Amino acid sequence: MSVPRYWREIKYRYRLIGELCTECGAIIFPRRSLCPHCGCRELEECKLSETGTVLSWTVIQHPPKGYEKYAPYVVALIKLDDGAQILSQVVDVEPEEMRVGLRVEATFRRVREDGSSGIIEYGYKFRPIIEEP
Amino acid sequence: MRPVYIAGVALTPIGEHWELSLRDLACEAALKALEKAEVERIDALYVSNMGAAPLQSQLHLGALMADALGLYGLPAMRVEAAQASGGVAVHEAHLAVASGLYDSVLVIGVEKMSDALPQEVRSALAMAEDQEYTAYTGVTDVGLCALLHRLYMERYEAEPEEVAALAAISHEHAVGCPHAQYPFRVSVERILSSPMEADPIHMLECSGIGDGAAALVLTADRGDVEIAASTVAVDHFFLTERSDPLTLEAVGTASKRAYERAGISPRDIDLVELHDSTTIIGILSLEELGFVEKGFGARYVSEGNVRRDGELPVNTFGGLKARGNPVGATGIYQVAEIALQLLGEAGRCQVEDAEVGLAENLGGVASTATITILRRH
Ligand SMILES: [Zn+2]
Repeated sequence: MSVPRYWREIKYRYRLIGELCTECGAIIFPRRSLCPHCGCRELEECKLSETGTVLSWTVIQHPPKGYEKYAPYVVALIKLDDGAQILSQVVDVEPEEMRVGLRVEATFRRVREDGSSGIIEYGYKFRPIIEEP
Repeated sequence: MRPVYIAGVALTPIGEHWELSLRDLACEAALKALEKAEVERIDALYVSNMGAAPLQSQLHLGALMADALGLYGLPAMRVEAAQASGGVAVHEAHLAVASGLYDSVLVIGVEKMSDALPQEVRSALAMAEDQEYTAYTGVTDVGLCALLHRLYMERYEAEPEEVAALAAISHEHAVGCPHAQYPFRVSVERILSSPMEADPIHMLECSGIGDGAAALVLTADRGDVEIAASTVAVDHFFLTERSDPLTLEAVGTASKRAYERAGISPRDIDLVELHDSTTIIGILSLEELGFVEKGFGARYVSEGNVRRDGELPVNTFGGLKARGNPVGATGIYQVAEIALQLLGEAGRCQVEDAEVGLAENLGGVASTATITILRRH
């Protein structure tokens, strides 16, 4: 991936920044020009919830190019506590421990490396929440 | 708008054609279809393809294939809508003839997947999804289907055996099909004991990788098989934005529009070619197409209703699972197969007395849905 293309998304991928629709109140991620639910163009930047619940999950055994050394890894459909949905890898978990309803939190991780000379790409992944006593 | 007919169809066997290039495959199918169609001239060429850019570094397929076929001077273009390229190409070609602009057009679907490494093919298939946020997670096309598969089993308490039955029946249907990639039986037990591709989807529940080409000649001259409807609809591109991931909205929209245009209801359909890229997508499709109530698709399949001699013959040559899924060509194979059935030229795969058939071709996780309904005259 080219540096500008990567750089463009840094704020959103590193900090989980989405948008709030001022018309219908939907939380939108990733950012876009208009609300996909009501068409409103007045959207305000907002921070997404960093905690959520797993709605569904899978284990990628045979990954696409660039992800080989991470396989097998878990990818989940997550409902964040603010109501937005997000697709993300879930890390620090064995596939056997995965279940629908698992509580997870966002964490900042390495995503892939672009060859030996390219950039190292980072972004959000989620991990199980370990409750405080 | 005037009626559009299918004048000639041809397809190559699907497999790993090490000796044939993208161009060779396309020419083989196209020349055969032209020979059968006996039209005076071709007014336009549509080439449906998904992966030639990432897999062969080849663009400009319209002019390239027109040149290969000696068709100079006509308008020629590539149509791309990921795995739904075929259905969309049929839609565009059909519109051009229906409008009166062109009298006869050639549609070629072609894909060459065996030239690349498996992980390169997986990356190419993931190009159907948003690259910045969806593919960036490392999810594959099968991985996205797996999220739906698990949701479906939990919500409707469907058994793995019921879902897997679609793959077993598709394989049964491919036996004796000369163009099928996997023309042999596979039991539900064997499917469910195959390794996981993306939990809960087993390897034998996914379509494979193959090379193939299929071609159609569409014409305004009255023929035996008419395109009664050809529709396309799109859905929210991000699965995360859909109000219910188990509702393939675009399939519902495109099929309702198609039934209306053809003046029929789902009950009038005699056979169906489904987009069963994975078993769950085939099952959700059956529900969305109006053949069975939501949540009952897996049971409907496992009860044998979709067998060739059942209530609703589905994937009569094996579907994506067993006939094969050369992605950009798949939608053309489906329409060609329905035409062969209606013409009584389906050989060992023949369904008796079929008059109306439906082909469903999807791109991404049904971000694009295309429906083609053919009727025999
Ligand atoms: Zn809104």
